[in-house]
Amino acid sequence: MKNLPLILAYVFLAPFVGGLLAGIDRKISARMQSRIGPPLFQPFYDVLKLLEKENLVARRSQNLYIIFYLLFMVFTGGLFFAGGDILLVIFAFTLAAIFLVLGAYKASSPYSFIGAERELLQMMAYEPAVIFTAIGMYMVTKSFFVSDIAAFRTPLWQYLPGIFLSFVFILALKLRKSPFDLSSSHHAHQEIVRGITTEFSGKALAMIELTHWYETVLVMGIVYLFFTPGVLFAAAMTLFVYFFTILVDNTFARVKWQLAVNSCWIVTIVLGIANIIVLFLLKR
Amino acid sequence: MAYLKRSPWLIHYDASSCNGCDIEVLACLTPVYDVERFGIINTGNPKHADIFLVTGSVNEENKEVIRNIYAQMPEPKVVVAVGICATSGGIFAECYNVSGGIDKVIPVDVYVPGCAARPESIIDGVVKALGILEEKHKKGVKK
Repeated sequence: MKNLPLILAYVFLAPFVGGLLAGIDRKISARMQSRIGPPLFQPFYDVLKLLEKENLVARRSQNLYIIFYLLFMVFTGGLFFAGGDILLVIFAFTLAAIFLVLGAYKASSPYSFIGAERELLQMMAYEPAVIFTAIGMYMVTKSFFVSDIAAFRTPLWQYLPGIFLSFVFILALKLRKSPFDLSSSHHAHQEIVRGITTEFSGKALAMIELTHWYETVLVMGIVYLFFTPGVLFAAAMTLFVYFFTILVDNTFARVKWQLAVNSCWIVTIVLGIANIIVLFLLKR
Repeated sequence: MAYLKRSPWLIHYDASSCNGCDIEVLACLTPVYDVERFGIINTGNPKHADIFLVTGSVNEENKEVIRNIYAQMPEPKVVVAVGICATSGGIFAECYNVSGGIDKVIPVDVYVPGCAARPESIIDGVVKALGILEEKHKKGVKK
């Protein structure tokens, strides 16, 4: 299997990188709000504390779905970093997210129901942009494989500016940040108690948090693909995009789901299709 | 291990309080006192919480709610009664509808007096509660 070191690095190191990114997010958000903020490793303390708590469930089988959520997210990320088919990565990602939604439906409380429905709406909102990303990358590099896309000689953002911008627009959805943190607000937003994660506690909640870290590293990996080759430049731009989502998170309030879905689709369709048409015309 | 101390999540409930103590509790989250530096998050979900911060003297409507929230919290958990009303009923202790303090309903671990309790006292009370939480965890692990 090619890229085995990278796959193993992802499986074992992504939690640390993702947790560190989460810690940086909380620290920067706190500083933007004139506070000192938690220590950088706070997300790790949170997860380790959750492992020490009692496991309380509303339904006996709800935690089973969370185990599958974690496993499929690790599988998706591993596939991505192995240089696999980006279409398969996108749909395996969707499958992993559906397990979380199923777990919340299984827990069957009004808050987790609403959270689960909002999560499905969020997925509807970001899927077009993600699929356009795969299409755009195929049109430029003539391959769906991440290994070929990563090895392409020119940075992809030069060919795919519209698609890149629409991907950054929906990044807030994927990372669960304002203005699109509808389903499971991360810090202290209590609109629907905790939304999709309401009925999970102890080890299950720790697994959900861990899966979010794997997800963050995977999504940042997709952003990185727009800027290869040039490792330092791509890494710097990826961190800058992450910082930009933190800035947007602190600037905007949460919007209603209609505005979230409509704005994501309009931005994706206008920028994405314009990009694809321009590429198509240029190739002739 | 000491992770319960480093990441205490609280749930705050107002049991017929005049809201004075509640305002002070929320003031702890503002930039002046900023309890998030200790990893404290005010989660609204009892299933995610370690510390139950209750204010107010208790009336008949609240008793069931307080028991309900307490029951939903996973072990280990501690209860902090904030303000003199939560401790003993305060100036409302003689009223016909007031039960007189949280410990009439659920076991309380830390009492924070004051009317309204100052943010410094509340933070001090929460820190004491963290010590008790650690002890409960150790006892639970030994079993």
